[in-house]
Amino acid sequence: MHAFANPTRFLSIARPLTPWLLGLAVALIGYGFYAGLLITPPDYLQGESVRIMYVHVPAAWLGMGGWMGIAIASLTQLVWRHPLAGVAARAIAVPGAYFTAICLISGSIWGSRTWGTWWQWDGRMTSMLVLLFLYFGYIALSNASDEKTSVSRATAIFGLVGAVNVPIINRSVVWWNSLHQGPSITVKGSTISAEILWPLAFTTLGFSLLFAAIVLMRMRAVLASAKVEARLRRLAAA
Amino acid sequence: MSHWPYILAAYAITVAGAAGLTLHGWWAMRKAEADAEAIRRK
Repeated sequence: MHAFANPTRFLSIARPLTPWLLGLAVALIGYGFYAGLLITPPDYLQGESVRIMYVHVPAAWLGMGGWMGIAIASLTQLVWRHPLAGVAARAIAVPGAYFTAICLISGSIWGSRTWGTWWQWDGRMTSMLVLLFLYFGYIALSNASDEKTSVSRATAIFGLVGAVNVPIINRSVVWWNSLHQGPSITVKGSTISAEILWPLAFTTLGFSLLFAAIVLMRMRAVLASAKVEARLRRLAAA
Repeated sequence: MSHWPYILAAYAITVAGAAGLTLHGWWAMRKAEADAEAIRRK
């Protein structure tokens, strides 16, 4: 891990990687959307509204995965004082919040057609809403600091402790009587028909690559801004 | 009732937000890197 502790080394990898990630993401999402909207059949129970799954599931995965990224970066900062950990955690927060919001909005739209309600205060939806508020808190805390290439110790601890919510979201449909269906995709397999499921692989991988590209771009912006600030300080001191 | 307007709304919100986030990230990165390059040459 410390091999990548050098921002120069990180940038030498991130610069060529960013356009590749963006290009692949657009191709995969484009094909996944085409297949999900035009090729796959409607579900026998949900009808056409099952197609919302191709944006809802990747958004849910990235909302939760994003916070796990923040938690890992926070731990890395607290324990190993990795110089890029704070930059990475900051860069993840906004796209993580965005995908959490998309998960809630797309789920609400799907629920209005399938359940007949836009919102229920059940375990899955409420814990996902809590995750969105955690993101807002994290963004506010990290922006409160003037130091842009790191986050404060309190912010890092908040990022670490907030990860408790992720397994709660995951298990909420098992622990509580929820309007949301149980786990459809597990390590043992899927309860979703293969002829409906397959475009989900394209959109999930595509949005994951897009998320990675956005994080890399945000990290590069923070590192370049820090370089400008350091240079200006040196010029002012000279 | 047709589900399609709702499906298309979910996709449109996702695409618009993701495109906005990507373009903002790209623009911020390019501007910051151009500023860093400009100040390095000073």
